[in-house]
Amino acid sequence: MMNAASRSMVRASLFGLMLSTLFAMSASAIDTETPFNDPILDARYDKLIHELRCMVCLNGTIADSRVDLAADLRREVHRMVADGQTEDEIKTFMQQRYGDSILYNPPVQPNTWALWAAPTVFLLIGLAVVGRIVWQRRNLVVADESSLHEEDHA
Amino acid sequence: MWKYILPVGIFAALIVVFTIGLNRDPTSFESPLLGKPAPAFTLPSLEDPSVTVTDSPLRNNEVTLFNVWATWCSGCYQEHPFLMELKRTSDVPIYSLNWNDERDAALKWLNQLGNPYAATAFDGDGRVAIDWGVYGAPETFLIDGRGNVIYKHIAPLTADVWEKEFLPRIAQAKGAAP
Repeated sequence: MMNAASRSMVRASLFGLMLSTLFAMSASAIDTETPFNDPILDARYDKLIHELRCMVCLNGTIADSRVDLAADLRREVHRMVADGQTEDEIKTFMQQRYGDSILYNPPVQPNTWALWAAPTVFLLIGLAVVGRIVWQRRNLVVADESSLHEEDHA
Repeated sequence: MWKYILPVGIFAALIVVFTIGLNRDPTSFESPLLGKPAPAFTLPSLEDPSVTVTDSPLRNNEVTLFNVWATWCSGCYQEHPFLMELKRTSDVPIYSLNWNDERDAALKWLNQLGNPYAATAFDGDGRVAIDWGVYGAPETFLIDGRGNVIYKHIAPLTADVWEKEFLPRIAQAKGAAP
């Protein structure tokens, strides 16, 4: 006889299985290009479709989208990989047609310096603020101790 | 004193950044084709698969429009009456690319709504659209007499956009043409 805890565990694992099957199904249904059966070409294709933006859906790559354009671009990437083109050649091809926005990783260049520098700049500002607060608190502790000593004397 | 000025200053700067950022259209990217030659293509005509449509009318010493449309595109339906009006009132010929569409549906569309185009290339698999950097129909390219792309509008073409963005550029291109 099952107790409540083990029953809910079974239920949870069944639910997990259902979810993972669902995701596996949707993942395989999006990309309909045939694999190359060559680890190097397959890896190149897979990397590229995960690094090119689906321009229609914005926050997704062409690997994640069912939009017609994403399928067309996957087909084009597949064809170029089959032709033996390198990752850089294929990215340049896309960039020349769609602009920098198609690259999911923004390239480091003058108009993206602020973007790339921002995390470091904010970290430095944060450290400066924390440093200042710590410094002020340290002075506070010294002041308290000296007032304690004064009480002792009194 | 700085204790008050600094946070207020940072807050004001953020307001400015957000105001600019929120008023930009995140779905509209500048085309890298601007100022460059229009991509070449050779495609079957929509009306007759045995007839070929190429990019050559776009390089024929006259300012032209190149409109990308499809029957599944609601914005194209929305802009269609304005294209018909342009055909009647403007001397700029409109060439078009029927993108990722069904030939029968596209022909039915033109028969029922009217055909504003001088010629239509049928890009059934979207290969030529990739060369043009097309991602959201309707898209309208303005092409000068030498075959260079001088402007691209993404979204339905309206009288307002036509007057503000196209007419000044057309006048300029015509003035510069030999």
